[in-house]
Amino acid sequence: MPSLKDVKMKIVGVGKTKQITKAMNMVASAKLRGAQARIERFRPYAAKYRDVLAELSSKIEGDAHPLLAEREEKHSCAIVLITSDRGLCGSFNGNIISQALALAKEKQAAGLTVSFACVGRKGRDAIRSAGYEIVMAYGDRMGSIDFSLASSVAQEVINGYESNIYDEVWLIYGEFVSMGSQPPRTLCLLPLKTPEAEDVDGEDAKPRCEYVYEPQEEKLLAELLPRYINVQVYRGMLDTSASEHAARMAAMDNATRNCNEMINTLTLLYNKTRQASITSELIDIVGGAEALKG
Amino acid sequence: MGTLQLEVVTPDKTVVSTAVEMAVCPGVEGEFGVLPQHVSLLSALKIGGLRYRIDGKDEYVFISGGFADVNNNVLTVLAESAERAADIDTARALAAKERAEKRIAEHADNIDMTRAEASLQRAVVRLQLAQSR
Repeated sequence: MPSLKDVKMKIVGVGKTKQITKAMNMVASAKLRGAQARIERFRPYAAKYRDVLAELSSKIEGDAHPLLAEREEKHSCAIVLITSDRGLCGSFNGNIISQALALAKEKQAAGLTVSFACVGRKGRDAIRSAGYEIVMAYGDRMGSIDFSLASSVAQEVINGYESNIYDEVWLIYGEFVSMGSQPPRTLCLLPLKTPEAEDVDGEDAKPRCEYVYEPQEEKLLAELLPRYINVQVYRGMLDTSASEHAARMAAMDNATRNCNEMINTLTLLYNKTRQASITSELIDIVGGAEALKG
Repeated sequence: MGTLQLEVVTPDKTVVSTAVEMAVCPGVEGEFGVLPQHVSLLSALKIGGLRYRIDGKDEYVFISGGFADVNNNVLTVLAESAERAADIDTARALAAKERAEKRIAEHADNIDMTRAEASLQRAVVRLQLAQSR
């Protein structure tokens, strides 16, 4: 039987943990709001970019650009892995990392050498301990992501692809679907698959008017395609950051609930212990009185 | 004469979304004007100032290169960064200009010349626009 004081201390301790998890939950929810707003602000740009590229690529046939061409012989691939910098967000990072490792294994089995580019400390640490080559790593940047960070990551892989260091580039990030669901998502960055025009058979199906292109289509495409990679990487970063906060909110909410449960059981134990000690004291007193009488 | 809708969007926000009488874009092959009912057009833009007219008054937006898409009387400008002339941070642009000039003057091997030149150009155009406001 634990002593009364031990139980009391334990209750106080759990109460303090609860305060921390509750505070973290609130911080995460505030940050999530910011991250969601950024996704919201990014959406018009991404959507328009997609439309423009779809429109243009429908005009050009075949593999008009080296970034679009599927290579016949593949020797190596790069995986861009976007995770959060900090833990305490449930299985969020674990899920992304295990998906990345599975992909790496699959590629290795197919005879490709795999190298990683990591954004976020958690992913970098895990990949390092798994023993894969890391060509670049950005730690402690998830709190201050911006488009230029995405551009520099994208530029790096594009350079690698163009100089035949990589024959394939994949992007893995935590997609933000909803508050309750942030599944890892794998996306093939290079060779690039041009987006299909959306709602072709919707009301927008009116005959497409002829576009004037300046400069010619091929040159425009050469300008547009690399930047589309930037857009995708940036999207991955924004999504991961929002997902991280959502996952942390859920994890902290759970932790707070567990703390409450623990406090309840401990309080019950405390009362039982207290009663038991009173009872035993009473028995002592009664026993003593009986002894005096006799 | 009617108006056309002008949208200037960057990854971080929509900078301008308004009906304008005309717009002049800094295309890679020279400036071009867009009036209402313009034919569909897709053009690459270079670093420069985008001018548009509302109620007979000219307004300027800085564009760090990108694309202009005209379709259905909507001109959409996609830029990696853009800001209205009134929002340009002159001190920052000035600092960027000096930094870029220094880099180019040093001509070190380990710097990216094209990047330094682009950043110099951005700074110069920003300053020009800031003065014209």
